[in-house]
Amino acid sequence: MNPFGPDLAEVFGPSHSDGGPELVQLLTPEGERVHHSGPGGQFDLDFTPEQLRGFYRDMVLVRRLDVEATALQRHGELGIWAQLLGQEAAQVGAGRALRPQDFVFPTYREHGVAWCRGLDPLKLLGLFRGVDHGNWDPAEVNFGLYTIVIGAQCLHATGYAMGMQRDGVVGTGDPERDAAVVAHFGDGASSQGDVNEAFIFAASYNAPVVFFCQNNQWAISEPIERQSRIPLYQRALGFGFPGVRVDGNDVLATYAVTQAALQRARDGQGPTFVEAYTYRMGAHTTTDDPTRYRLSGDVESWKLKDPIARVEAYVKRNGLADAAFFEEVAAEADELGVRLREGCKALPDPQPLSMFDHVYSDMPEELLAQREGFAAYLESFEGAR
Amino acid sequence: MTGSSQKITLAKGLNMGLRKAMEADDKVLVMGEDVGKLGGVFRITDGLQKDFGEDRVIDSPLAESGIVGTAVGMAMRGYRPVVEIQFDGFVYPAYDQIVCQVAKIQYRSKGRVPMPMVIRIPFGGGIGAVEHHSESPEAQFAHTPGLKVVACSNPVDGYWMIQQAIACDDPVIFLEPKRQYHADKADLDDTATPDPLFASRVVRQGTDVTVLAYGPTVKTALKAAEAASNEGRSLEVIDLRTLSPLDMAPVYDSVRRTGRAVVVHEAHVNLGMGAELSSRITEECFYSLEAPVLRVGGFDTPYPASRIEEDFLPDLDRVLDAVDRSLGF
Repeated sequence: MNPFGPDLAEVFGPSHSDGGPELVQLLTPEGERVHHSGPGGQFDLDFTPEQLRGFYRDMVLVRRLDVEATALQRHGELGIWAQLLGQEAAQVGAGRALRPQDFVFPTYREHGVAWCRGLDPLKLLGLFRGVDHGNWDPAEVNFGLYTIVIGAQCLHATGYAMGMQRDGVVGTGDPERDAAVVAHFGDGASSQGDVNEAFIFAASYNAPVVFFCQNNQWAISEPIERQSRIPLYQRALGFGFPGVRVDGNDVLATYAVTQAALQRARDGQGPTFVEAYTYRMGAHTTTDDPTRYRLSGDVESWKLKDPIARVEAYVKRNGLADAAFFEEVAAEADELGVRLREGCKALPDPQPLSMFDHVYSDMPEELLAQREGFAAYLESFEGAR
Repeated sequence: MTGSSQKITLAKGLNMGLRKAMEADDKVLVMGEDVGKLGGVFRITDGLQKDFGEDRVIDSPLAESGIVGTAVGMAMRGYRPVVEIQFDGFVYPAYDQIVCQVAKIQYRSKGRVPMPMVIRIPFGGGIGAVEHHSESPEAQFAHTPGLKVVACSNPVDGYWMIQQAIACDDPVIFLEPKRQYHADKADLDDTATPDPLFASRVVRQGTDVTVLAYGPTVKTALKAAEAASNEGRSLEVIDLRTLSPLDMAPVYDSVRRTGRAVVVHEAHVNLGMGAELSSRITEECFYSLEAPVLRVGGFDTPYPASRIEEDFLPDLDRVLDAVDRSLGF
């Protein structure tokens, strides 16, 4: 070994392609429940059959949402769609670990977390259809608007967490009161200045924020090796807070680790970095073509780690759900698909003049004049509405 | 102090205004580099941390994007952050957060997430500083929908305008002419009723040429008007005070009377505020104009080394030169 540290081959080579020895895993790809004595042991939890069925249902419905949205884009009903295929467990695990009073700052791919927060998926479709920039009230669902600029939301999350500290909702010991924030981002964003500044600020003020990084191995066409020379979770140490790598395709482990990190934050013990080790099975977005830059063999090997299949195998093998349950979930997914297809096409286009709304809390005279001028212009056409 | 008149500098006016705003609303937070114990490199936040505590007057890590980005989060949580950028030339690391987030979150959210934030920026030159300490970036913010941009020019305005900016529900870029911080004193009557924040003001009446200025150049314009009056020329000086939105009614009214306008700012002339003002005046006052609108500003060079900065900055003579050219048409 190089006396100055590992080289890329050691960090990202074949021996680490499964996430390495530090990976926290509670359910193997084969659907086998594992209990660690070493790393990850402290995160082990008991799950009720109801919880397991809930995870399964969430992941199936979220995958269906993703599949439908992708199809809607192919049919020209959406301008673009950011696919989450393969990341269902990371998002559902992180989403279900939240308490109602926690707050989430998403990227543009957190459809599974949005689902867990009870946000109507049609709101997500509205954004990607281009009828608005996100037509939901963040305060209603404690889920921020999608942020397109990579990493910018990590600072917002940190500031929001600093606000929680000032509101006295951190470290009181009251489980109904204590709250924390989750900042979502990806492996590509880990290179952004804003993300690193968020780490600095969160550490400096001991802010109650969980930095939840879905390392899906690809930032559009750039592999993780282009972003980092060490496993991402190890960066946390340099900022002065703990980092954990969890199997992001294992919903149980993701739930357990996120829950522990959130509790740590709510208790006033500060930030945690969670690296959910996963894989982007689809394209970056529907405009992307991953066949240009990655090997199909890699995708095939990750198919064997599918997040839904392992829960299904575990539940079936242990008799935790009957056939009727799986049929119900499948039917529910079909209903969701119909609702999304019909709902998406029925979303009304905004009126042109609505573009002038909410630029400011009040409308300055100059802008009002522009609006009135444009309204008169539109009306000047024959047959204008 | 209440009700009594006192002589204050711009620095003192801003400090007093910040204090009043913090007393009036405990959601008001001050955040920036060195704003706590030190009171800011210009001492604008002097004594605030001592009186309001470290939770409300926050010394930040040295990262401008981090300051503005976390302030966004605090605003989402219901606070009203007042951010200090130490010098104009240091705002650029935060430019993305300001333009992409601060300016757009209210719009993106259909008004559901207001962004009541004030970003204070000491701007302009004339203090003999090294590079990045003397710039005038106002046009870069005035060009961005969603931001409001104001510039104070005197101690009394500093006192009132900072309070009004903090009370505003929109994000406000608040420009402070750093050269004036400790320069002149003025009488503050804190029982007076201030002008609205987003309003321009005629600060000297005249009949021959309208001179438009803001921030540090208001003083320059007033000096020029004084000098011109000795030569029998009557300049009307308008302190614009608000750069976005612009308050054009007093400007149009003035130019329709004088038929001539000269815009004075320290910022580069190319695509600066003067270009927009000139365009609007031409569109609205075309038949009243006796001469094209002229601009006096910083040259289209980077800010030069300070030993020649007075040659870069518009001064009394360059304003008068433009006035002569305007009257020569």
